[in-house]
Amino acid sequence: MELLVASAIGVLVACGVYLLLRGRTFPVVLGLTLLSYGVNVFIFVMGRLQSGTPPIIKTGAAGYADPLPQALVLTAIVIGFGMTAFVLALAVRARSALGNDHVDGVERSGPERVR
Amino acid sequence: MSHLIIVPIVLPVLAAVLVLLAGQRRQTLARAISVASTSGLAAVALALLIAADTGEYRVYALGQWAAPFGIVLVLDRLSALMLLLTAVVGVCSLLYAVQGCDQQGKNFHALFQFQLMGLNGAFLTGDLFNLFVFFEVFLIASYGLLAHGGGEARLRAGIHYVVINLAGSALFLIAVSLLYGVLGTLNMADLALKVAAADIEDAALIRSAALLLLVVFALKAALFPLYFWLPDAYSSASAPVAALFSIMTKVGVYAILRMYTLVFGAEAGAAQWVAAPWLLPAALATLALGMLGALASRRLKGLIAYLTVASVGTLMAAVGLFSVDGIGAALYYMAHSTLIIAVLFLLSDLIARQRGDHRDRLERAAPVAQPVLLGILFFVGAIGVAGLPPLSGFIGKVMVLQSATATGAVYWVWGVVLAGGLLSIISLSQAGSLLFWNTDVKAEKPFVAAPASAAAIMPVAALLAGIAALSALAQPMKRFAGDAAVQLLHPAGYIHAVLG
Repeated sequence: MELLVASAIGVLVACGVYLLLRGRTFPVVLGLTLLSYGVNVFIFVMGRLQSGTPPIIKTGAAGYADPLPQALVLTAIVIGFGMTAFVLALAVRARSALGNDHVDGVERSGPERVR
Repeated sequence: MSHLIIVPIVLPVLAAVLVLLAGQRRQTLARAISVASTSGLAAVALALLIAADTGEYRVYALGQWAAPFGIVLVLDRLSALMLLLTAVVGVCSLLYAVQGCDQQGKNFHALFQFQLMGLNGAFLTGDLFNLFVFFEVFLIASYGLLAHGGGEARLRAGIHYVVINLAGSALFLIAVSLLYGVLGTLNMADLALKVAAADIEDAALIRSAALLLLVVFALKAALFPLYFWLPDAYSSASAPVAALFSIMTKVGVYAILRMYTLVFGAEAGAAQWVAAPWLLPAALATLALGMLGALASRRLKGLIAYLTVASVGTLMAAVGLFSVDGIGAALYYMAHSTLIIAVLFLLSDLIARQRGDHRDRLERAAPVAQPVLLGILFFVGAIGVAGLPPLSGFIGKVMVLQSATATGAVYWVWGVVLAGGLLSIISLSQAGSLLFWNTDVKAEKPFVAAPASAAAIMPVAALLAGIAALSALAQPMKRFAGDAAVQLLHPAGYIHAVLG
């Protein structure tokens, strides 16, 4: 379980960083989204992985699931969602105002352009 | 008194909501609300500063939830100083903006108030995750403010600015949750205790989280190698927004000061002074590159943006010494540099408005409509930012240099700060002579430059008066900054005040 979740976070973050370094705004936005997914899962598992335990301390329960990371991840999701919407709107505005979707606002010559 | 601490957060939110309710049509009402709220903030910040100067920590538990379970706001000398600086810069930028800049786009006043709320919250909160939330609040408002007025340059700079800050937020979250996963708390005072008592096998994780946080704060503060977003963003923003942003880089400085003295300071065991080996070299590199950037700038606003970077370098160099003298000097210099950068951004707009199509580009053009007035203001501003006597920049730099004398880094700090000062004098005198002396008197004026109104000059003059006050009252200010540094380097009082 730990290995699975840890590798999932690693793959998400790696893909996110790769896309973040691309030259077009859309892959960059996707990269930010993947990165924030990876981070959200990371926050979530910082409360430790366990199932079937109550979220509050009860007499007789063997353990409890930490509710705080769940609250934190909710905040992070809301902020991340809002920011994705904003950066998409900004990217569309830039595309229409600058005439291209390069992150620098100017087309560069090179293999990027040929494709 | 007890509820006064939360006013700097609640007042701007209320004002922002009222401004939104007033709608786009009733701009006079929106302006009145915004100005009233920001002036109110200045008054409250002054009251809080006086209260904090007794040396007592004031702790406000939100919803009466006791620390470490609830979120607390903590007021000490450093927070109070930052609140007052924010309010002063806020009032002056706003008074400049109501001369017309606020009408170039929608929702300027609401965004402005949310930005103030986020800044004030970041300076007051005693909870690490809450710090993240307030960071996001002022960042989201700043995205809107940066794009205010539209235009291609702003969109281009806006994308870079938003993307790098979102990546920074992701790192912030990783660091915060790592600290929570290891230590089980997010309250800064409690974190300090838990870090000090942490097991040795957790040391590597704690150090990683601490350094990850340093990356995030260095990004906000625009330290080398994370300052590349700043020159474009600040030089393309409209003048009052850029002036307000002069306090935004200082949030990163504030967060570094707070976290690396309180949580990762003298008592932190394996994470003791974890930032110290990185800060000083990064700060000196920032200072050197900022000054070179200023020298190479082809636009006045670009030059000022690079001077912003350089000023962060100077004050972080003093912070990086982690001594009472160093932090005291940094706090004094921070007050000075925030005000003077705001002056220069507002002034650059006044100058650009009188140069027609040349705007703020550093090239030969017809003389401005008010060469004497603007020339004198620019001269005073340049003296201030270059750190020449008699203004507070000189006093601040001397304090920074003095604080480094007894340390091993003395040659580096003296060398880079003094050489940087020389470079800034060269770049400012080049710019100044091009703008005011080497003008093309015979050029056909295709436009009639309207002289700046007294109302537009007033905010600049007010900020310069602040600089003058900082110079004249250097002794009490130095005493205050020194006391704030003592408070920071003795976090036991903070921890005791929060946790009882």
